[in-house]
Amino acid sequence: MALNAADLNVGDTYTETLVENLSRTQIVQYAGASGDYNPLHTDEIYTTKVAGYPTVFAHGMLTMGMTGRMLTNYVGDGRLMKYGVRFTNQVWPGDSLNSTATVEDVADGVVKLNVQTVNQDGTVVLSGYAEARVD
Amino acid sequence: MAVDKFLVEASHIMMFARSVADANPIYYDADYAKTTEPGSIVAPPTFAQSSAQFDPDYFLRPKIGEPWFGSGKEPTGVPPKSGSGGGSGGGGGGLHAEQHFEYHRHLKPGDVLSAEVKPGKSWEKESKRAGKLMFSETVTEYRDQNGELVITATGVGVRTERPVDQ
Repeated sequence: MALNAADLNVGDTYTETLVENLSRTQIVQYAGASGDYNPLHTDEIYTTKVAGYPTVFAHGMLTMGMTGRMLTNYVGDGRLMKYGVRFTNQVWPGDSLNSTATVEDVADGVVKLNVQTVNQDGTVVLSGYAEARVD
Repeated sequence: MAVDKFLVEASHIMMFARSVADANPIYYDADYAKTTEPGSIVAPPTFAQSSAQFDPDYFLRPKIGEPWFGSGKEPTGVPPKSGSGGGSGGGGGGLHAEQHFEYHRHLKPGDVLSAEVKPGKSWEKESKRAGKLMFSETVTEYRDQNGELVITATGVGVRTERPVDQ
């Protein structure tokens, strides 16, 4: 179910809810699967008493991974050519995230997308781009 | 992360897809995956990050028999080591600032990757919320069992002078 260049216009958007009420357990799940056991993400005592944060927070790569799901659902499996992001704000347990891809350009069989993920307050937590092959 | 042998396996892809809440059956069901354009199970776009599992020295994984900087009896087992940029930041003020992937082809079960890490740029910036920010970039090239470049990953880590103000 890839995209067709003829159907795409600059400014088109695609949005998905990535997560509602992010759980600490999902963060633990990501730590286990990715192998990143930084205690900042799963160890409340270390994070509050040693690192000085109010609670644990999500791996940036968890937000990038969930945002990647929005992208592959939009552009189709195996179609991504480039995907890059900046992590602009931390994501906390209890956050709800929405992610949007916006078409910036379509040419030579490639769509260029602006990618943005925001939390329940509208704060941008991830900002980036993607490129994908289209039919 | 420098890795000699990163085995891409279907069960790891399944667990990784679950962890990013991605229910797409191409990550779970080999029969379904045959009917898709890629024609097999593929890895989700950020899966290469889990090469950390195959890096014997990855500093954000507890090592068997060694003290760990997370909490036990005390809030920290050992003072945090300083980390390099790239990975997922680090202990003691290190955070992940940016991540970029370029896909030359998509990973599938059975691939055996190696990863070579090259240092990139480093720079500093002043911020209101966290004091001095020290950025460092690493470029990781993932090659497959045939020596072909499959993914180029560029990570930027940032060490902050103090925890980020909330």
